[in-house]
Amino acid sequence: MQDPMTPRRFRIARTLRETKDIFTWELRAEDGGEFAFSPGQYNMVYIYGIGEVPVSISGDAADRRKLLHTTRAVGAVTEAMRALKKGDMAGVRGPFGSVWPLDKLEGKDIVLVAGGVGLPPLRPAVYHILRNRAKYGRCTLLCGARTPQDIAFAQELERWRGRLDFDVHVTVDSAGPDWRGNVGVVTTLVSRAVFTPEKTAALVCGPEIMMRFAAAELANRGVREDSMYITLERNMKCGIGLCGHCQLGPVFICKDGPVFNYGMIKQWFLKREI
Amino acid sequence: MKTLEQILAEHRFFRDMPPEYLRLAAGCAANKRFEAGQLLCREGSDADYFYVISRGSAAIEIFAPGRGPITIQSLGEGDMAGYSWLIPPYKYRLDVRAVEPVLAVAFDGKCLREKCEANPALGYDFLKRVTQVVIARLGATRLQLLDIYGKNLF
Repeated sequence: MQDPMTPRRFRIARTLRETKDIFTWELRAEDGGEFAFSPGQYNMVYIYGIGEVPVSISGDAADRRKLLHTTRAVGAVTEAMRALKKGDMAGVRGPFGSVWPLDKLEGKDIVLVAGGVGLPPLRPAVYHILRNRAKYGRCTLLCGARTPQDIAFAQELERWRGRLDFDVHVTVDSAGPDWRGNVGVVTTLVSRAVFTPEKTAALVCGPEIMMRFAAAELANRGVREDSMYITLERNMKCGIGLCGHCQLGPVFICKDGPVFNYGMIKQWFLKREI
Repeated sequence: MKTLEQILAEHRFFRDMPPEYLRLAAGCAANKRFEAGQLLCREGSDADYFYVISRGSAAIEIFAPGRGPITIQSLGEGDMAGYSWLIPPYKYRLDVRAVEPVLAVAFDGKCLREKCEANPALGYDFLKRVTQVVIARLGATRLQLLDIYGKNLF
């Protein structure tokens, strides 16, 4: 990797509107080179003159020609990102951080739990699992959103649901009468998923409260805490553990995370004073 | 073909229930099928039955005048519906409607209440199981109220 503090220039090749406030960028490197990353990693995305934010990589790690970022417009930088058009430029530093330990999890049942904009960081893991499907046991994706209109990657979820070797359950917190799917928080789906707890690993991504309750539900089902993985996103600034903004106990989230083993990080994750 | 006791023993709600209690419970139970749109429970009516769902899906609903039914939570295989059978005044507090055809084991609540009154250990066992369901639903509802995916809080 080049100097981690120097952004590499990328141009927007395409913008996909996933929901009213979630969008995906397809980026191409201005230098024409490829972009290599592993599922779970993120980039620092720099909007010139506005600022920089960490954004998870939502594309397929096997396709190095294009870089996909999916995020939600919630602040000054992400609102500015949404306003950019095809052909506009952004700076990218990365990839940074830890990865979903997919090689280590071969042979296990996999439960992926995604809440809201937690699905984009899990999508590269789904691509990897589906490409190497025979290496894993039963695989289930539990996906929660606020309303049916807030479900990101809806068409892709339908395609995945159509596979016989991948269980997909989608739920929304609230819905109108025309919604025929599930209603309820995503944690309620854990009790319905079919897996063998003692040989199951869980990958969980979403708001921290959701992850906390999802971990509790998974533990209730008998999944070991050291077989659960979560992602954290608190205060990431430099991406290389230099500035210290994202320190959480003995770790830097930007460098040692964003993916953490739940059994390892739990005592710091649940600590209220930090 | 499995007996009702065997079916119950495999159901999440009855997990690890002692066989003698399962036998008592099965004595008040029968298989029942609901077509899509049919009500399993109706708000305000006597909670004469409760159901453990074997197949299909249902929705816990509140009816809003001028708007119609609003789904609060979906239920599926392994879930139970109608916990008001155990809790005075034994009236359903919400509607439960089959979203798709539902196969369920239906329990005569009055029959089972009488057995629970006569056998407090059985009653306590059921109370613990029903309370777990109530607490799980309360917890889920609290998370729904938090609007954890909204922009304001998180």
